[in-house]
Amino acid sequence: MSTIPFRTAREIRDAVRGRSVSAVQVCEHALATIEAANPKLNAFLTVARDRALERARAIDREGHTGLLAGVPVALKDNILTRGVTTTASSRMLQRFVPPYDATVVTRLEAAGAVVMGKTNCDEFAMGSTTENSAFGPSRNPWNPDHISGGSSGGSAVAVASGMSPIALGSDTGGSIRQPASLCGVVGLKPTYGRVSRYGLIAFASSLDQIGPMARTTYDAATALAVLAGPDPRDSTASQEPVADYLGGLTGDIRGVRLGVPGKMLQEGVEAPVRSAFYAALDVLRGRGAELVDIDLPHASYAIATYYVIATAEASSNLARYDGVRYGFRTESAGNLKEMYERTRSQGFGPEVKRRIMLGTYVLSAGYYDAYYLKAQQVRTLVRRDYEQAFQKVDAVAMPTSPTAAFRIGEKIEDPLSLYLTDVFTVSANLAGLPGLSIPCGRTPNRLPIGLQLTGRPFDEATLLRIGDSYERETNWTEENPADAGGS
Amino acid sequence: MPERLTRADVDRIATLARLELTDTEKDLFVHQLSHVLEYAEQIQQIDTTGVPPTSQVLSRMPADRPDEPRAGLTNAEALANAPDPSPQTGLFRVPRVL
Repeated sequence: MSTIPFRTAREIRDAVRGRSVSAVQVCEHALATIEAANPKLNAFLTVARDRALERARAIDREGHTGLLAGVPVALKDNILTRGVTTTASSRMLQRFVPPYDATVVTRLEAAGAVVMGKTNCDEFAMGSTTENSAFGPSRNPWNPDHISGGSSGGSAVAVASGMSPIALGSDTGGSIRQPASLCGVVGLKPTYGRVSRYGLIAFASSLDQIGPMARTTYDAATALAVLAGPDPRDSTASQEPVADYLGGLTGDIRGVRLGVPGKMLQEGVEAPVRSAFYAALDVLRGRGAELVDIDLPHASYAIATYYVIATAEASSNLARYDGVRYGFRTESAGNLKEMYERTRSQGFGPEVKRRIMLGTYVLSAGYYDAYYLKAQQVRTLVRRDYEQAFQKVDAVAMPTSPTAAFRIGEKIEDPLSLYLTDVFTVSANLAGLPGLSIPCGRTPNRLPIGLQLTGRPFDEATLLRIGDSYERETNWTEENPADAGGS
Repeated sequence: MPERLTRADVDRIATLARLELTDTEKDLFVHQLSHVLEYAEQIQQIDTTGVPPTSQVLSRMPADRPDEPRAGLTNAEALANAPDPSPQTGLFRVPRVL
């Protein structure tokens, strides 16, 4: 273990279990990597140095043998950590220190993981570039002039740049899968309800889901095995039995039926993304998967549907930021109503205000039926499309994003053009389905491209089996930006 | 073509959302929100006669647990992040209402 950065969680865990390296050594390496790379990449907002070293010492002392023994993890800054500032990348929560841990944090630590700190994201997870962070954008380690993707961009950068082998993100419309794709790492959005959301700062409650990002599908499966399961503190966390994700990674995908919605891919997909996608399908077919052309007739309406539902829920969820109980409060207010309005106007950034305004509008008297109710009905049709597809196939394959990472600032002036980049990811959230993004190529400029697999509810195991099988024949996950001279 | 939203619409929504917007923000939002709503209107074309709305996707009803009292935050913990706490009374302080 001469170079700990870029080791997988599995390698680190095995070395810590076998005592060939201590958890403290791993932690010190991770801290040094963060210290060296973070000033340029802005992946971490807070580094929890003392908490991490203390935890690592405890793991060495106990001889911890958990699934993530001694493995560094980074957490998106909308996941609550007791005693460690949690901002959701917003001025509104700039000094918020949570009094409790999210359930996912408790579960990771029980498995031996070491929490390194909190990662940058779009404010309240609203965005797909991290340019909406109040604390500046994260930068893509493959080319720092380009976006990291988002909203879980800091987590993707932390994994891609070797700062942390595993990171957690949250995915409301693609916010785990898209930055994973753009940074060349694996990202898994579990089925709605598979992982507890207790302690996740809410954005759109019928869509939000926490999930892992990692360098390999094996590591993502390991993290899911730790995270998945019911939680008495979250009534939406499912009682559905948890599958044996690691045992399912046999490499064998013979006979797996993979649906390809060809019609959706005819327009608006960049040429390098298209060719990498079809090359990945060839690899999967070569390993025994059967490709089936499918149709998702309402998929083209998914973005419109998503932005009505997500903003409606956000406008309700973010009503709690009123300057009374926690968070920012304006300095200047003569009475209570002024205090509310100025606190919210000074505490929220432009994209959050835009979405609150849009959500308030679609829920307001006279527009509720035309927008919100209609969108909920179309949501049913999007779900039914998938239900029909899953009668014929075991998973659906699409690119994760229609483009590779574009330049920082390129689309910031035109919100709608950014919303349209979510075309392949939002429908999985509307239908509550699991989605996996795995690296499957590079553009001529060496920017990563991702393959997305969407599965039946609670069938993460099939997605992970396909992803792992693909990785056995390709080497995208073995390359890193340092080899490419990118960082 | 006129924008979907007027300045008066934006004022009305901002009041509902408890946001105090600057004139620059209002002008920008008239334009940007109109643009997004225009795009969102494509869902009106779909025939949804008899289609039930989906408000959540859980296949089973959320799990209940026994309704037993358990420890929550202490008063000091609940006040720790407050912008203007009153530790003596254990309350949150706010500006006058009127």
